[in-house]
Amino acid sequence: MSFATGLLCRECGTAYPGEARYSCDVCFGPLEVSYDLEGARGKVTRASIESGPNSIWRYAALLPDPGDEPVDLGAGWTPLRRATRLGDILGLRELWLKDDTRNPTGSFKDRVVSVALSSARRLGFTTAACASTGNLATSVAAHAAFIGWPSVTLIPDDLEKSKIAMTAIFGGTVLGVKGNYDDVNRLCVELVAEHPDWAFANVNLRPYYAEGSKTLAFEICEQLGWRTPDQVVVPIASGSQFTKVAKGFHQFIDLGLVEGGAPVLFGAQAQGCSPVATAFADGADVVTPQRPNTIARSLAIGNPADGPYVLDELRANGGDCGSVSDEEILECIGLLAESEGIFAETAGGVTIASLRQMIGRGTIDPTKSVVAIISGHGLKTLDAIVDTATVSSTIGPSLADAEDALRFHQVATSAS
Amino acid sequence: MSVIVRLPSQLRALVGGAGEVPVDAATVRDAIIAVDVAYPGIAFRVLDDRGALRRFVNVFVADEDVRFLDGLDTKLESGQTVSLVPAVAGG
Repeated sequence: MSFATGLLCRECGTAYPGEARYSCDVCFGPLEVSYDLEGARGKVTRASIESGPNSIWRYAALLPDPGDEPVDLGAGWTPLRRATRLGDILGLRELWLKDDTRNPTGSFKDRVVSVALSSARRLGFTTAACASTGNLATSVAAHAAFIGWPSVTLIPDDLEKSKIAMTAIFGGTVLGVKGNYDDVNRLCVELVAEHPDWAFANVNLRPYYAEGSKTLAFEICEQLGWRTPDQVVVPIASGSQFTKVAKGFHQFIDLGLVEGGAPVLFGAQAQGCSPVATAFADGADVVTPQRPNTIARSLAIGNPADGPYVLDELRANGGDCGSVSDEEILECIGLLAESEGIFAETAGGVTIASLRQMIGRGTIDPTKSVVAIISGHGLKTLDAIVDTATVSSTIGPSLADAEDALRFHQVATSAS
Repeated sequence: MSVIVRLPSQLRALVGGAGEVPVDAATVRDAIIAVDVAYPGIAFRVLDDRGALRRFVNVFVADEDVRFLDGLDTKLESGQTVSLVPAVAGG
C-alpha cells in the first residue's frame, strides 16, 4: 500500500487531496506528493522492498497510489555498474554508473510515466498526453499503447528523427510543433485548460509523474547494499529529476533504511542550454530563461520549472553544476562507450563531460564514491554520431584487403 | 490600448469562468492591475508582496516570454494578447 497522503504546495504549504491538480490555487507554486513517513516507519523495510517486483513498483509504498494495479511496462531496476576503467581514466577511486538506458523505451522517462499513468488511471483519465523533448513522448506513447489508451504527444518538430520514429511507431497522435520545447510546454499548459480530461504526464499529472524519479535514488541505495553514495551527478533539464532524486535519498534516510548521510548532488548541463549552471555560477536565486542551442536536445529546456529548487539543493550541500560544449558531449559519449560498453544518448555525454569538468575544478572529491546517472540510450540520438562513428575502412571481400586494413589499423600482427 | 489578457484555468473562477478578459493598458503591469480592478484578487495571485512576478508564473506577450522583454514594464500594442501561464516543465 502507498503511504502517500495528498498534495502540498512547495511554495506556500497549502494542502490538497490526491487529485488531478498541478499548481497551487493560491500562488501557482508546484504541488508535490506528501507521505505519512511516520506511518511508514517500521512497515517499509529492506525485506518488504526486496520481496517486491523487479521494477520501480518494489517501492510502491513510497510512490503515489497506483489504484488496483500499476501501469507497469517494466520501468526501473536497471543495473548500477562499477565503472573501474572509466573511473581510472577520470582519476576516481569509486565510480558507479546508473545505467538507465536499460528501461523499456530506453530512458529514465519510463519511471515517471509508469507512475503518472498509474495515477491517471486511478483518477479516471482515459487519454495520455505530454509536452516533450522526445524521450517522454516515446515513453507516454508506449505506456498508452500498453494499456490500450489513445495518446497525444507534442514535441518540437525538428527533433532527432530516431526520437520521432520511436514515438510514432506506437500509433498515437504525434504533433510536431514549430518551436522549441518551451513553446511546446506553454502550448500544453494552455491545452490542459481546454482538455481537462486528458492526462498530460508532465502538466496536470506532474506531481505524480515527478515522484517516479525518486526510484533512481532508492535503487542506487539498495544496489549499493543499503548505503548512500557520497556524490551523485544528475543531468538537468526541467530540474525535476534532480530534485526528486534528492527527495528519494532523504526519504530512505528518514526511514532508517540506509547507512550514510545525504549525498552531495551535482548537476550537468550543456553550454548551449545552461540556465541552471549559469544562475548557480552567478549566485542568482532566480533562473533567467535561455534559448536552447545544443545537440543535447533531451536537456534543451531554457526555462526550467524546478530551477529554483535545484539551486537551493546545490547550495545547501556544497554541490556544483557542470556546463559543457557540444564537442565535449560527443567526445564523452565515445569515452563512455569505449571504456565501459555503454552507449548513451547526448544527455549521457553531458553527464560524463560535466563529471570530468567538476573533478577538474576540484568540486567533486575523487577519493569519495560517485554515481553518474546515464539517463537515455544512444540509439535515440544516432543523428549526433552517425557521421563520425562509422566503418574503419571499406574493403573488398579478399583476405589480402582484410590483412592490409588490419595492419593499417594496427590490429593484427601476423596471420600465421 | 485595448489588449486581451488570457487567464489560466486556476484564475478563471475569479472572473466568472472566462478564459480572456479585454482591458485597456499600456504595459504588462497595467494590464494585470486593470484585470484586478475589474476582478479583485487577480494581482495577488500573480504578483508577490513586492509587486514582482511570482516565481512560478510566466507571462507572454504575443507569444514572447516577458523575461526576454522588459518584464512587467513591457509595452503593449493595441490588439496584443497577454497570456498568464503557470510554470510547469517536463522534458
